[in-house]
Amino acid sequence: MPSLGADMEHGKVVEWLVKPGDYVHKGDLVAAVDTDKTVMDIESFQEGVVAEFLVDIGDTVDVGTPIARITATPAEVPPPAKVPPPEPEPGTKAPPPVRHLAHTLGVDVGRISGSGPGGEVTRADVERAAATPNTSAAPGAAAGAAPAAAADVPAEGEAHRVRSSPLARRLAVELGVDLQAIAGTGPGGAVTEEDVLAAVPPRERAPKEEIPGGRPPSEGAAEEAAEAPPSEAPVAEPPHKAAGEAPRRGRKDSGSKAETLRQAIGALMSRSKKEIPHYYLSTTLDLAAAMAWMQSANQQRPVSSRLVPSALLLKATALAAKEVPDMNGFFTRGAFQPSGAVHLGVAVALRHGGLVAPALHDADTLTLDELMDQLRDLVGRARAGRLQRAEMADPTLTVTNLGDLGVESVYGVIYPPQVAMVGFGKVLEQPWAHNGMLGIRHTAIATLSADHRVSDGLRGGRFLARIDELLQKPGDL
Amino acid sequence: MNEQDARHAVEAALGKVAPDVEPGDLDGGARLRQDLELDSLDFLRLVEVIAESTGVDIPEADYPAVATVDGLVTYVARHG
Repeated sequence: MPSLGADMEHGKVVEWLVKPGDYVHKGDLVAAVDTDKTVMDIESFQEGVVAEFLVDIGDTVDVGTPIARITATPAEVPPPAKVPPPEPEPGTKAPPPVRHLAHTLGVDVGRISGSGPGGEVTRADVERAAATPNTSAAPGAAAGAAPAAAADVPAEGEAHRVRSSPLARRLAVELGVDLQAIAGTGPGGAVTEEDVLAAVPPRERAPKEEIPGGRPPSEGAAEEAAEAPPSEAPVAEPPHKAAGEAPRRGRKDSGSKAETLRQAIGALMSRSKKEIPHYYLSTTLDLAAAMAWMQSANQQRPVSSRLVPSALLLKATALAAKEVPDMNGFFTRGAFQPSGAVHLGVAVALRHGGLVAPALHDADTLTLDELMDQLRDLVGRARAGRLQRAEMADPTLTVTNLGDLGVESVYGVIYPPQVAMVGFGKVLEQPWAHNGMLGIRHTAIATLSADHRVSDGLRGGRFLARIDELLQKPGDL
Repeated sequence: MNEQDARHAVEAALGKVAPDVEPGDLDGGARLRQDLELDSLDFLRLVEVIAESTGVDIPEADYPAVATVDGLVTYVARHG
């Protein structure tokens, strides 16, 4: 179960998009997952054949729980990879944003020794672990929500050993049981034959591989190094307790989707207001040139390729964000990481209430036509509840555009771990003084809510001013 | 096109764009943007669906004329 957002703790598979026996490549969509907020399509981070599903449709499980097994090819299922058996200790502590980071970097939080207070795993610990993927960490399995260790591939010849007797190993292969997931009761934690027999049926195991949803935000080269190579052997799972991670039934399955979404939004907004020292700026955009250009362009276009003002505003915002990196990135565990790419979150109101803000990836590189097409597709899928994992997890900056519904300005609440939110109000014709003369122009109020730990009014002001400047040359957008 | 057909076409198009709105509840004077809560993308989609189903193209300059349900029906009837 991948982490689909910094605040996500559990999810539920509602549809399988592949079946056992299908061959999947990295990036192929494999399942539809229901979080508190919406249904998202998740992709495979591994290439191979779908061997079996490990959770049922409708089971709610914690982030990190394996949900499916993929093997290299059916003929090549090697003997179970050798890793230390799970130690039945209480889990290593890591807050959700660190777990999320660990997940995107393909690092097993349960294997990292935490350097924070009380042995808590910090962001720096995760990054260090990601940079050296073959390091084994001291504490045992996190009981519960440890994200998958995509990078910890013991089959690559590390020194992890499952202590077990040859008979136990042979039994495990014959029965299709995963040795590494068994808590050994023999000397030194060795896995005995009885342990293997007790581990059948495989459904209850926490076996090899899950499908990490792995596309990390562009945070530098670390994620490339941490990506699981298409390995010969199944990728090792962070060992769970011997009984396996039983799916939690009945959690949040009651209540309407809108209600759980509302609660999730509420929790996130509360956290944002508690943690982020917001400051606010606003400016009135001169949209005369932009609207004239757009209207003229639309006259020559068929309906299906007409532009809306939002497209121009979004493009200008994306370009400005590239130039003012203090607005574009993530603040986690006390430090700001600017993002190399601009994935613009677009706040979309859902018709039954609630809000999602999925990403337009690399918005600064899209042409206006591409942006328009992608925007329409994104909004349509957001309303239908069919977004992809990467779209929910990746926004580096969000824009809220309530002008469509009539308000003159909107001051958004920043979505942690982002550090800014841009708001656009309604495009209105207003009196405008220019060169001592009074006329009428299209205008809109642009606002910025920003994290004062990362930027101040000067940078924020520069950012808004740049959006206005870019909109004076709409043809260049 | 006669008004009956135009109204059906408009109701069908609205059903696609705003599936939560019951055709029976459609008040003729309802404003598409404000009362039916269509944003700019929804409205564009509506114009697109109408163009596909009735062949009636609504240029941007005529958007003010089709701001309400009745306005849209009349427009489609006249141009369809």
